Amino acid sequence: MQQNGVLLSAKDLHTWYELRKFGFIHAGYVRALDGVSFDLRYGEALTIVGESGSGKTTLLKTVLGLAPPTKGTLVFAGQPVTAKNLSWLRRHVGYVQQDPYGALPPFMNVRRILLEPMLINKVGQPAEREARIREVLEEVRLLPVEDFLLKFPHMLSGGQQQRLVIARAMVLRPQLIVADEPVSMLDASVRVEILDLMRRVQRAHNLGVIYITHDLSTVRYFSERVFIMYAAKVVEKADVREIVRNHLHPYTRALLAAIPDPDHENALHFKEVPPGEPPSLVRPPEGCRFHPRCVHKIPGLCEREVPPEFEPVPGHFVACWLYR
Amino acid sequence: MNLWARLQELRRYPSALVGLAAVGLLILMSVYAVVRYPYSEAIRLWRAGELTWLEYPRNAAPRWFNWFGADLPETISVTHERAKALHAEDLGGGVRRRTLSFSCDFLNGGGFPKELALFYEATFTRTPPQAVLTWRTPDGREIPIGTQVLRGGGRYIISADAALVKRLGGRPPHEALFAHPAEPGKPLRGRYELLVDLFTFEPQSEAQLKLIVYGQVHGWAGTDNLRRDLSIALLWGAPIAMVFGMSAALILTLWYLFISAVATWYGGWVDALVDRLTELRMILPLLPILIMVGMFWSRSLWIMLAVLILYGVIGGSKNYRAMYLQTRSLPYVEAARAYGAGNFRIIVRYLVPRFLPLTIPAFINAIPGYVFLEASLAVLGLGDPVLPTWGKVIQEASGFLYMGSSYYYWILLPAALLFLTGVGFAMVGIALDRIFNPRLRAI
Amino acid sequence: MAKQTKSAVNLVNFGRSESATLLRVEDLKLYFRTTKGVVQAVDGVSFELGRRRSATVLGESGCGKTTLARAILRLLPRNVHTFSGKIVLDGVDLMPMNDEWFRKEIRWRKISFVPQAAMNALNPVLRVGHQIAEPLVVHHGVSQDAAFKRAVEAAKLVGLPEDFLSRYAFELSGGMRQRAIIAMALLTNPELIILDEPTSALDVLTQANIMNTLKKIKREFEMSYILITHDIATSSELADEVIVMYAGHIVEHSPAARFFKAPLHPYAQKLMASVPTLREDKELEFIPGQPPSLLNPPKGCRFAPRCPKRFERCAEEPPLFSLDGVSVVKCWLFAR
Repeated sequence: MQQNGVLLSAKDLHTWYELRKFGFIHAGYVRALDGVSFDLRYGEALTIVGESGSGKTTLLKTVLGLAPPTKGTLVFAGQPVTAKNLSWLRRHVGYVQQDPYGALPPFMNVRRILLEPMLINKVGQPAEREARIREVLEEVRLLPVEDFLLKFPHMLSGGQQQRLVIARAMVLRPQLIVADEPVSMLDASVRVEILDLMRRVQRAHNLGVIYITHDLSTVRYFSERVFIMYAAKVVEKADVREIVRNHLHPYTRALLAAIPDPDHENALHFKEVPPGEPPSLVRPPEGCRFHPRCVHKIPGLCEREVPPEFEPVPGHFVACWLYR
Repeated sequence: MNLWARLQELRRYPSALVGLAAVGLLILMSVYAVVRYPYSEAIRLWRAGELTWLEYPRNAAPRWFNWFGADLPETISVTHERAKALHAEDLGGGVRRRTLSFSCDFLNGGGFPKELALFYEATFTRTPPQAVLTWRTPDGREIPIGTQVLRGGGRYIISADAALVKRLGGRPPHEALFAHPAEPGKPLRGRYELLVDLFTFEPQSEAQLKLIVYGQVHGWAGTDNLRRDLSIALLWGAPIAMVFGMSAALILTLWYLFISAVATWYGGWVDALVDRLTELRMILPLLPILIMVGMFWSRSLWIMLAVLILYGVIGGSKNYRAMYLQTRSLPYVEAARAYGAGNFRIIVRYLVPRFLPLTIPAFINAIPGYVFLEASLAVLGLGDPVLPTWGKVIQEASGFLYMGSSYYYWILLPAALLFLTGVGFAMVGIALDRIFNPRLRAI
Repeated sequence: MAKQTKSAVNLVNFGRSESATLLRVEDLKLYFRTTKGVVQAVDGVSFELGRRRSATVLGESGCGKTTLARAILRLLPRNVHTFSGKIVLDGVDLMPMNDEWFRKEIRWRKISFVPQAAMNALNPVLRVGHQIAEPLVVHHGVSQDAAFKRAVEAAKLVGLPEDFLSRYAFELSGGMRQRAIIAMALLTNPELIILDEPTSALDVLTQANIMNTLKKIKREFEMSYILITHDIATSSELADEVIVMYAGHIVEHSPAARFFKAPLHPYAQKLMASVPTLREDKELEFIPGQPPSLLNPPKGCRFAPRCPKRFERCAEEPPLFSLDGVSVVKCWLFAR
């Protein structure tokens, strides 16, 4: 395992879901992920921002091994991912979900919840497993460990539940953790604790982390790097500070303009919102997918040609013809 | 998630406690029935002909009728040992004469005995003993009954003796012999004696006699037209109903739990297939199928149970399917897939346990239905030929009911037990529903 | 416990005359009976809302904000233990009214409500237009046609295109459905709309759109809002005033301009410090511990166990103190 090499590499990744009528008549594809490429290094944290229908959830599922890629390649720790070694991939990627209570089986206690992944993947001897359970509970600060082992999820607070979810994601010593809106269902005052915990864990184990969120304002607390997704494609990639200072893609601009900070002046102004709605993923628009809503559309170009990635500023990539 | 703690909540529902008491009673009855009359014994008794039950009254009412002021007599049995030997004489030539007094205290003023019979067992080589019978009433009247030749073993039904009837003025002996002289409609209470002059003609010849004054009430359930003590059938109806109902309910509930989980998890054609099978089963009428089985194949209870279960396992349950469809998108199921759980494990460890508590009310609620099914088949005449069940009793009783008959206990008792079963399980089931299904709770 | 809040009925006057007050709530209490005991969800809440003013009720889960909305609208479940206090709308106390009168005259006539996740509450078998028109038809006996016309007007107000009215709910996106619900709330020209987390389940751009719509309506119709949310940033979009709730009490009530620059109550300060901001690079703080259980609330200031500024006096429950005649804070730090 290289410490600083590339952990996860996606090249032109497509994940399509088949639509069937009456259960067996083919009726097209939902092109949920339509050509995504990126590299993630060991120990690097990345946030993917997008609204519903942007493909971020599908990207998450593909990386987790829950949805096999349709086209393109996905390479994890040097091994290409195919439909055959999905179970290997699942073992090495931890999953932190949005709803902490829903993510935990209500009829299993804490010890059992943490034991399951190890049992399924036949990891370690019974004594080693018990030790690992304690180890991981200590790491997420659910202390004293003995008190928590026999509790059931409904006996824990929201923050504690999410810690347990994180513990479960870590119990198999994964190299990559994928987190889907890990704090959006928690109270504001608890969010910081969990974000802190995830950062700490990431640094301690040099984990790669991919966060998914729709709330740009939390991104800087998750990671240094951020991707913006729209309609199953990545439209902008940059460092967080850079993006906040210098938002290039028109969609990113719209997103940033729409996010309020607590400031009473907000009540006095209207926000500029691009008209329309995100496009259907069954029949996406030709050319740049944002063009039907884009105020900076270049006629004759944007609606015909798919823009490639440009790099107007080093390290900052934009898929937009404005930067050709 | 503590199952026991949730079951404790039943205490909060008074109706459930009543239901539990009813179910407890049924279980106690079942245990008692099996212990008191073991299976083979019960069958033997129930199928036995009149000969086994000869000393029981025919169509006797339950004893507790007397609690309501009926004052009906019970059967009095005077055995040879209890008879008083009054006189013994040796008449020479091997002939002996003995006078025996069979006395009984008849104290009920509400009705006459149902029948009157003298049972005898005589041993002899060539000449059978003879008995000269005289009836002595409490007020001292002596009524000659007649002479009986005691040929081997048998019974002399005093109350059916036509000659005696004529001599007594047309009134049946079991009434006439007990009638109050002043008020002929009511019996005279007191001590009655049957004086038997027993003549044996051989030195080794012997005779044993037993006088039976048949009562009008017997036991806690009465008797039927074959003189059988109904309490056996009523008692044994309980374990049969419980076993039939519970095994069908348990097997099918578990089956639906499992098959629905599998079908909805795999989705696609598996789910579609199971769903169509379910609908097929819902269309097929169960009772007519069982009737056909009974008429053309076998009426055995176990065959019926087997057919019932075979019918039930066609497809799944629409209710469970609805529940499981929700679970496919549950986050913890998705998480389990993400850490590598295979399909089987997910079904068994993640889907089924979620719904296992919900099956408890389903199981309880299903039991009475099957019990009534069995009873319905029996009432239609397709009940098990060997086993005594409540439905059987009702069916036999229905042949004897007509306007004005007073044998209503014969139908009411098994009906009441069926009712008790239904209501008991239903009340417990409803309360369990409220406990396990939060949406049904009124806060 | 009740005595202190009663004395704070010397309520803050936002610089307008009495008749400019639309809603005045005095010592509102709503307790529920549960299997575990009595939950004191709303425990003596008092505030005033001026005509054409909007207030945001801010708080985390369990603070009682949704219960407050339901109390004002009298949408009560069956296990109510205590429901007392005064709710004065336009000078008329609503509490003594009988339920039938309240339902006809107040609810959805003078006060409308957009509940949480309302967009999931649209009837799937009704076309959206009919659904929007329903309150008028059912509530006020208006004819179907007249009601539908009003529905079309209301839909235009919220930016819902007319051809969407003949569709079914499942054909509309989340944002569209939320607009439909808002149209329903506007239908009877109420004086006050209470919205409970109107945008929390929506995408960022859709949220901005809905907020724009609400701002427009506020301007054009001079309507009053009470917006209930846990999201500080969203609350700043519509608020003229901010009411912060904690454990069933109001702990701060300030004008928005003051609140968002510098909240007064320690809880509000910590809350502000725990919220990530996009444009400002700041260290986030979190509040250790948990809100108290409302089953048996502790004596004294309910935030004291978690408050960095607590001192001995906090063992006694503070009343609402007025600051500059403009803000109201329930904290001993502001005792005169």
